[in-house]
Amino acid sequence: MPGSGSRSGVSYDARGLVEPHAEMPDNIEVDGHRGRFDAADLTIRQINMALRKLIYNDGVTDVTVLNPSSKHSLAVGILKRCRIHFEGSPGWFACGLIDGPEVTINGRVGWSVAENMMSGVVTIERSAGSLTGAAIRGGDLIVKGDVGARTGIDQKGGTIIVTGDVGINTGFMMQRGRQIICGNAGMNLGDSMYDGAIYVGGKVRSLGVDCVPGEWTDADTELIERKFRIHGLGDPPELQKFVCGKQLHNYDALEPSERKLVIH
Amino acid sequence: MCGIAGVIHRDGTADIGAELTAMLQSMKHRGPDSTGYAVYGPADDLVVIRFVLAEPNKSTGFGMEERLERNRAEVESRLAKIGAEVATVSSDTGYAFRATIRYGGDLKALADYLEDVPGCEVLSLGSSLEIIKDLGDAETVSGQYKLGSFRGTHGIGHVRMATESEVDLASAHPYWAYPFADVAVVHNGQLTNYHQWRRRLEQHGHRFQSECDSEIIAVYLAEYMAQGLSLETAMKHSLDDLDGVFTYVCVTGNELGIAKDEMAAKPLVLFESDPLVAVATEEVAIRAVVKREVETRDPYEREVLVWQV
Repeated sequence: MPGSGSRSGVSYDARGLVEPHAEMPDNIEVDGHRGRFDAADLTIRQINMALRKLIYNDGVTDVTVLNPSSKHSLAVGILKRCRIHFEGSPGWFACGLIDGPEVTINGRVGWSVAENMMSGVVTIERSAGSLTGAAIRGGDLIVKGDVGARTGIDQKGGTIIVTGDVGINTGFMMQRGRQIICGNAGMNLGDSMYDGAIYVGGKVRSLGVDCVPGEWTDADTELIERKFRIHGLGDPPELQKFVCGKQLHNYDALEPSERKLVIH
Repeated sequence: MCGIAGVIHRDGTADIGAELTAMLQSMKHRGPDSTGYAVYGPADDLVVIRFVLAEPNKSTGFGMEERLERNRAEVESRLAKIGAEVATVSSDTGYAFRATIRYGGDLKALADYLEDVPGCEVLSLGSSLEIIKDLGDAETVSGQYKLGSFRGTHGIGHVRMATESEVDLASAHPYWAYPFADVAVVHNGQLTNYHQWRRRLEQHGHRFQSECDSEIIAVYLAEYMAQGLSLETAMKHSLDDLDGVFTYVCVTGNELGIAKDEMAAKPLVLFESDPLVAVATEEVAIRAVVKREVETRDPYEREVLVWQV
């Protein structure tokens, strides 16, 4: 029977891509509530196994991962309040689906960092790839460098702060939350956004469909100054605010058949 | 989903075969079906031809050995007839060959004449370009063709996950810009005006080895360069002429260039230092050759960058 006896449960892997089994690494150091390990020679599965063991089983609240070496999908789905520090650069999909952790990364990250984050803080000391903070629901995501395309696409809450530039289609179909871009923004900023606010310090190459300049309020000033203070980012630059023009989507919550009856 | 990679050493030759193998193997998850290289060794007065006489998965069977030998002899005979002096002919696989010749004539006529031999497909022609591609992951192909010891200045590579066509050599990258010497392309993405450009280029007398949209890019660029445009200018034109989502890397005898479409939908990360430039779909591939934390970045939409050896 295909796959019988497989410890991974994988029954079909003709292309040899699945990591079938991983042993718990033996280089984990624990000192009270702190833990650390070197990920240089570990597989993705081993790194995540070690992180989960420390956070969920050993009661460790402060984990340092050395040399993540751009490996993908690290620290995904951690649903507990803790601190994780990456000494180096993780690859794609780092910290996706997290709910609670405070993550610091002193390198850069690849695509889709913190995708679908529910709560917590992710701070990246250098640049990030495209799809940074895609579909985040909450929490703060700070990138101290430039970011690729589609930053905060489908964002549903939380705050994204980028101290550098962002690429094309930033805030595409954003539904809620805030983005604070200190540098320049690429084409189609806020294209087809539903709600939320995007603040830009530099030049905007072009606004997307239904993205319009917004009216600045004291609440904007308070929010931005508070976020910059909390995250030690110094004084915020002068920013322009952009919001949804509310001309594109159906905001009255009526079904098309109902609209025919109500709107003449 | 595919993975592309490229390296260019600006301070002399290096083990680019081993470097590209490490980069491509680290992206095996992006495409384990076939792996290809376009590498540039030191140029000399010989023309290097890489050609195959059969698809790898059709290279065995009744009478196949004799047929391959007969066709190889026919290729050598045709080389002599067209006026080429054959220096060496070698094969690592029985179906893929490397020949070096002294030849000063028209490369298009040469390629067409050779490809008239049953099963023959010219993978590359030039003074320093060599395209090697086969089925399997990078370590498999590198081991098969002894690429670990290949030294050169620059090269590109590709790992392919077959999604819309066969797992075969015809669909494997890189693509040589037939019939232009020393130009090759790897590409990640889709061109949506493929048929339009294929018809246009065919009307200009070009023919294509595959049904793959990536081959269009190679021939498109080479045709512009043949008209006197620089690689960089030709690549900038391509951003207006080619529709779709794409990131591609093009190499010539002394240059390596990257281009990203206006949607920036396909990934590429770039590391640049004085002696070395490395580009790849994922940073994990760059870390395979630069074993330390480095500053890298994602090129933005409509960005074209070219480096010289």
